[in-house]
Amino acid sequence: MKLPIYLDYSATTPVDPLVVKKMLKFLTIDGIFGNSASRSHKFGWEAEEAVNIARSQISNLINCDIREIIFTSGATESNNLAIKGSAIFYKKKGSHIITSSTEHKSVLDSCRYLEEIGYKVTYIKPKSNGIISIKQIQKKLKKNTILVSIMHINNETGVAQNIKKIGNLCFKKKIIFHVDATQSIGKVPFNISKYKIDLMSFSSHKMYGPKGIGCLYVKRKPRVRLSCQIHGGGHERGLRSGTLPVHQIVGMGEACRIAKKVIKKENEKMIYLRNLLWNGIKNIEEVYLNSDLVKGAPHILNVSFNYVEGESLIMSLKELAISSGSACTSSSLEPSYVLKSMGIKDELAHSSIRFSIGRFTTEKNINYAVKLIHNSLKKLRHLSPLWEMFKSGVNLDNVIWNHK
Amino acid sequence: MSYSKKVLDHYENPRNVGSFKKNSAKIGTAMVGAPSCGDVMKLQIKVNKKGIIEDACFKTYGCGSAIASSSLITELVKGKSLTEAEKIKNTSIAKELDLPPVKIHCSILAEDAIREAIANYKQKNKKK
Repeated sequence: MKLPIYLDYSATTPVDPLVVKKMLKFLTIDGIFGNSASRSHKFGWEAEEAVNIARSQISNLINCDIREIIFTSGATESNNLAIKGSAIFYKKKGSHIITSSTEHKSVLDSCRYLEEIGYKVTYIKPKSNGIISIKQIQKKLKKNTILVSIMHINNETGVAQNIKKIGNLCFKKKIIFHVDATQSIGKVPFNISKYKIDLMSFSSHKMYGPKGIGCLYVKRKPRVRLSCQIHGGGHERGLRSGTLPVHQIVGMGEACRIAKKVIKKENEKMIYLRNLLWNGIKNIEEVYLNSDLVKGAPHILNVSFNYVEGESLIMSLKELAISSGSACTSSSLEPSYVLKSMGIKDELAHSSIRFSIGRFTTEKNINYAVKLIHNSLKKLRHLSPLWEMFKSGVNLDNVIWNHK
Repeated sequence: MSYSKKVLDHYENPRNVGSFKKNSAKIGTAMVGAPSCGDVMKLQIKVNKKGIIEDACFKTYGCGSAIASSSLITELVKGKSLTEAEKIKNTSIAKELDLPPVKIHCSILAEDAIREAIANYKQKNKKK
């Protein structure tokens, strides 16, 4: 078994070898390296055709029209384009936006930016299970609400939102509905025609494609209009200028083609492995589950190990590549804002670990990980004054902490 | 976060982990930090009649550098008089462990811990 074991597939996935093989044909002088916008020669035409094939592979995966796919550099850019682009285009209609406090930073920071330039944003806190209810959204709707942005699967906890109901509500009220589906596309079967979604962000590197390429789905009927965020040569129907990175697009297309083929089986495997992991650790004292094993993502398991601090646990589990939350926030010392929004106590948020599994995870990997977790917890709890207090019957909630 | 070899060494082989009897007059105990902040350090010193710290132990809940800082301070205080131990500065801990800037907090916590342990010992022995 190769060590360390990669259990951070929510941060990124390795590129599938089949995808790499395909991409290599689109770089060098012997390959298809042309600019897909060049209309005057064969090099350009070939590149354009490759982009078209990839576009149809991508639209096949989510079951949309190929004209509804806009290429971006990834889900962060897609979220920016969707939120800022729609808010600015529909400014005359209204300036109120609804989102949730457990969204990805690229959604939250796009909203913060809009607040700076005069928009009003409502951040809904989920219930303790991480779910945003329809009622919560309904209560916050105003006459001038133009956009609701709610993610599908949460990147830290794997909790899935009811985007079907939220979509129906937005459709009825004629409000644009944006979904950040970065953690779902390629991981769970997804047919967009079943939902009332106007804009949807997703990314290639979460589904065994290359980094630096992603898509924004922009609904055609009824058509959603956006103000572009990157100006230039008018690529991607004027919504996102910039020469198309043909090799990356081809890679994303191939990743989607493979995903379409294996997604059902892979999904079952993910659920099996995730449950194997949870069952292996759930009987440890003072372990709390922050994910939803029934309705949540098949590939994410978020757990709090009480009385042990997350970073030290990660250090101790050095044979596992894991994280305490999203990769985008792991450089800050703050406990996860997602878990805190769900009402989880600071100390449990400080003690949380996200395990995310994927295509190349094996049963052996999981069994090995379970063994390591047991050993590390034993060691760190022996070191923990909180554990000592807990075991001697002290109620830590009643302790007055001497903190400067 | 990349840690220095010294932090990793103290983290993997923490020195003087344990607990002394809290009620003994020879023992000074400190408990600093808070669970909600992600760091709690318990430091204990055993002081002999000459006022020399003859033993020390710790338990720490926190990140790798919090564990390393407290492990290091137990080594530093052993054999020192109370007055000498009181002079230990967080900067020397941070320097010795080569802590990254965001982790300086952990060395401050260790400095607080040693001062509080000494204060606790003095308080106990004043009453007699």
